[in-house]
Amino acid sequence: MSTEKTNPVKKVSIICSKGTIEDVYAALVMGNGAVMEGIECNLFFTFFGLEAIMKKRMDKLHTGVVGNPAMRLPGGSRMPTWLGVIPGMEAMVSSMMKSQMDKLDVPPVSEFIELFVAGGGNLYACKLAADMFKVTKEDLSEHVKGIITVGEFYEHAGGEGAHIIFT
Amino acid sequence: MAQKTYAGIAVDVNDEGYFTNPSQWTKEIAMEIAKEEGVVLTEKHFLVLNYLRDRFARGEALSIRGINKSGIVEVKDFYQMFPGAPLKKSTKIAGIPKPESCV
Repeated sequence: MSTEKTNPVKKVSIICSKGTIEDVYAALVMGNGAVMEGIECNLFFTFFGLEAIMKKRMDKLHTGVVGNPAMRLPGGSRMPTWLGVIPGMEAMVSSMMKSQMDKLDVPPVSEFIELFVAGGGNLYACKLAADMFKVTKEDLSEHVKGIITVGEFYEHAGGEGAHIIFT
Repeated sequence: MAQKTYAGIAVDVNDEGYFTNPSQWTKEIAMEIAKEEGVVLTEKHFLVLNYLRDRFARGEALSIRGINKSGIVEVKDFYQMFPGAPLKKSTKIAGIPKPESCV
């Protein structure tokens, strides 16, 4: 039997350290995909990733338009960095990203988190980052199970067939 | 193409056991697949299965989000009704192909 069958992924702990639309969605898609497959999942938000679990900010994430050489204009040509500094460009690109995702039935962050938690997924915030950004439990989504240290994160991450992913 | 016999009827399935011809599905067949998957079907399960079959017949993509918005079942209950991998398990029991959605 192949090792994929004999050693399946049973648990995954995903660390989301960035707060752009694409970084947060990458973590949420991976996490929600895990619970959909019956894989136990922890999502741990640190540094700018905290934006994704802050009640007032989670649905207002942006995509960075400066210094991203993979950013393309509609039509496919590369977006020059200088174009990104035009006022309103970041907001426009971000709203385009969101509308494209909505068309693919990808939910807004708050709804995505609800689906993930309903599927049995766990959300945690990083204590160090929360202290640094002066973020308290009240700022966070009610679905966040706790603000935990890195040591506690590793305790939650353990188990047979358990993996850790940093994004 | 492989065949499998449920409730005395031979049906066409792919190598993962998903139906390739949803019209061969019956309630009795569903109950036997469910037994294989360790699920005991209730009335509510059939509401969900029929919803999935309807959506598939209309050519609409299946997603967890769609199920949540369907008004048929809440996602939390959906996970409990088809424990493990809910969307895969439910589509298998519903006699439709495995969904290809990532969300």
